[in-house]
Amino acid sequence: MGHVTIDPNDKLAVMIEETGYDDHFHEHHHGDKYQSGFIGHYIFSMDHKIIARQFLITGIFWAIIGAGMSIIFRLQLGFPESDMAWLKPLLGKWITVNDGVGALSPEFYYALVTMHGTILVFFVLTAGLSGTFSNLLIPLQVGARDMASPFLNMLSYWFFFLAGVVMFYSLFISTGPFSGGWTGYPPLSALPQASTGSGTGMTLWLVSLTLFVVSVLLGGINYITTVLNLRTKGMSMWKLPLPIWAFFVTAVLGLLSFPVLASGFFMLIFDRGLGTSFFLSEIFINGQALDRVGGSPILYQHLFWFLGHPEVYIIILPAMGIVSEVLSVHARKPIFGYTAMVLSILAIGFLSFIVWAHHMFMSGVNPFLSNFFVIFTLIIAVPSAVKVFNWITTLYGGNIRFNSAMLFAIGFVSMFISGGLTGIFLGNSAIDIQMHDTYFVVAHFHIVMGIAAFFGMFSGVYHWFPKMFGRFMNEKLGRIHFWGTLVGAYAIFWPMHYLGMAGVPRRYYSFDTFDAFKHFGPMNEFITISAIIVFGLQLLFVINFFYSIFRGKKMTERNPYGANTLEWTTPIEAGHGNWPGKIPAVHRWAYDYGKDGKEFIPQYVPLAEGEVAGDAH
Amino acid sequence: MAETLTHHSVEKDEKLWEGGKQPFKVSYGKLMMWYFLLSDAFTFAGFLIAYGTLRMSSPTWPVPDFVFSTIPGGIHHKPLYFVTFMTFVLLFSSYTMVRAVQEGHRENKNGVVFWMVLTILGGIGFLSCQAWEWTTLIKGEHVSVTKNPFSSHTEHGIYLEGDGHDIKEGDSFAPGTPYLIHQHDGKWHNLKYKVTEGENAGAVKEQAFGPKAFGALFFFITGFHGFHVLSGVIFLLIICVNAATGLYVKRRNGYEMVEKIGLYWHFVDLVWVFVFLVFYLL
Repeated sequence: MGHVTIDPNDKLAVMIEETGYDDHFHEHHHGDKYQSGFIGHYIFSMDHKIIARQFLITGIFWAIIGAGMSIIFRLQLGFPESDMAWLKPLLGKWITVNDGVGALSPEFYYALVTMHGTILVFFVLTAGLSGTFSNLLIPLQVGARDMASPFLNMLSYWFFFLAGVVMFYSLFISTGPFSGGWTGYPPLSALPQASTGSGTGMTLWLVSLTLFVVSVLLGGINYITTVLNLRTKGMSMWKLPLPIWAFFVTAVLGLLSFPVLASGFFMLIFDRGLGTSFFLSEIFINGQALDRVGGSPILYQHLFWFLGHPEVYIIILPAMGIVSEVLSVHARKPIFGYTAMVLSILAIGFLSFIVWAHHMFMSGVNPFLSNFFVIFTLIIAVPSAVKVFNWITTLYGGNIRFNSAMLFAIGFVSMFISGGLTGIFLGNSAIDIQMHDTYFVVAHFHIVMGIAAFFGMFSGVYHWFPKMFGRFMNEKLGRIHFWGTLVGAYAIFWPMHYLGMAGVPRRYYSFDTFDAFKHFGPMNEFITISAIIVFGLQLLFVINFFYSIFRGKKMTERNPYGANTLEWTTPIEAGHGNWPGKIPAVHRWAYDYGKDGKEFIPQYVPLAEGEVAGDAH
Repeated sequence: MAETLTHHSVEKDEKLWEGGKQPFKVSYGKLMMWYFLLSDAFTFAGFLIAYGTLRMSSPTWPVPDFVFSTIPGGIHHKPLYFVTFMTFVLLFSSYTMVRAVQEGHRENKNGVVFWMVLTILGGIGFLSCQAWEWTTLIKGEHVSVTKNPFSSHTEHGIYLEGDGHDIKEGDSFAPGTPYLIHQHDGKWHNLKYKVTEGENAGAVKEQAFGPKAFGALFFFITGFHGFHVLSGVIFLLIICVNAATGLYVKRRNGYEMVEKIGLYWHFVDLVWVFVFLVFYLL
């Protein structure tokens, strides 16, 4: 076990053996728990590379369900008069048939909207994105054998899995899943009798998300500790590749904000089960005043958005990190302004904690207090713009490879600009009076944290697919996927800005009875048709993904992109511990592309005599 | 002194942040415990902020010196005596925990076990006190998460009847005077009083129930803290048994588990200081 044989013709392996960092990893016997047996290897795995794949595939499963739900409620919005009886085999009693014409029940419409939000925000864009890539890339890019605690890492996935089981179960109960909006505001969430979904559906929602908080905390504690304690020799914080900085700050945000959500949840559980009134005051049901006074529904909103706002950065920061790396590798240029990139990640992370009340301008918070939240919100535009300009400057004059990963990375920048600009509108409390809770908001956050985060995720999947599965994804399908999704996503969300400016409120079941909104019918049809096409394209991606796992073009060399980061120094089929012998030591930053006439110089290559380090530190 | 100085300069030379080292000189396990405690601190912060919000929005609030004035043996009018005692028990268990960690550094197995047993006793003692306090409030004074008979007056007045305990007919009171509405045979006896000053002077009123949020917050937050103490006692027990069987003697990092549970234990004590502050002192 102790000795590793190195093929003398393998120059990289010889170099790692000569200059690398010996952590005596292979001198211990690590037992069977990591390697052998189907269950130990693929199910209750403690290897970060397997756990990453588990997160990704579970995320894909939830993405299909969550997006499928949006197609059903888009059908209702785009074609409100049409016959939905054909959906009865799928939705059962939630389709009511009158005179042969089937209609979606309004209760279930709200349940679909609520579940779509919950699933996409938490299960797909938090667990599926940060869970996948933090797990895959942190140990590989910092040069670690695995996470600090592989056991807690495994638990992190299984708590997420359990959360998913509970949420999935809630879809099938007779009163339906929770239907009061993904934010779970009281009183709809606090009183089981408030609506059909507020009973068992809401209880399961709370159980599921509490398990999810546990998963995020277990994962986050691991990510932070691994980045701080397990960096290989030479890998100072200022030599970390940008994805690692992004995952690190993401984990810190999760660690500090999810517990506050949990405290809100616990109080909500008390309000529901034990009759306390933390979030209830002056409630009437069917004309009957309830004996529930003294609480504050606004208090819940504060606790919720103290998580809720950092949460949108938990979603977008990993995408930013991935995009920074992919842009640099495939433009064959160093990332522009590495230090500024790191500082802007930190600035965004910090600011994300002091802007939460901009979700509550119209909830009755003090308008004077709102001023501060407006100012801090608008300041976020500064680090965001720094990042955008740095990405564009990285592309400028680059020798760009237009592969799927790169296309999605560039698409991310486009989406982030489009969605970010409308954020400046919404961040102003005065404009928010008109815009709040309209389709303008829907368009804004779907573009800036929905589509953009998905683009970052797609970029990462196409880029690191060979690292995960040893094969490439199909490029032709990838490009169709990209161009269709780019055009389709704008086709869905661009018109929503107009709807919102005209005051069309979100979450409404139907606009038939409002004269002011009737003429938007054709626009809604257009949006729905676009959504169906885009959904079809995502299924194409899923087919490509699973087909390529088994039949994709094989990866024949370790470093197919000519990238500098350490994950491309492991064997194609890396076992537990990632490197067979020593861990490569690091001598330079991750972005020495086109330096001194060389196309790329990986991080493990020592500085040549007289060479000036490429980074500022 | 000279020794510490050289120690520091050595640290600098080692370039702690350059990779291949633990920059805080703390193992990953202890680091993870610190981050868990950080996140847990945010959970409690959420609770205490909720407490502040609800209390500030309430026109009256029970007076702690009046509410928490019973000690075992049915003795009344001893404000905060009992809670001071239980706070002392908990804080003393922090001291015994420190001693257990110290003995761990000295690799003295019996010392570790001895001081950990004392810590566990302290934890159980605190929990027992809390159980007694809850019982007194719930059974004796009929406080619950939905009903709060403790409150205080907001105006000047004079009682028109007595409650058979401390209040007699004709007693006068000023704003801020605390009271407890008694329950006999399952029926509440809200005392009648006459307002003596202000625009309502002469009006006859009944003692009103106190803010519901008081009971709910008290049982919720002290309960959540108590749950932390209980988990701590369970983990202390497990680790104490492990230490007694000599499991940590063989380990490379020795008694680090004792240190980790120690961090948790001190954190739970620290949280109590804040809980104590807001419920019993303010």
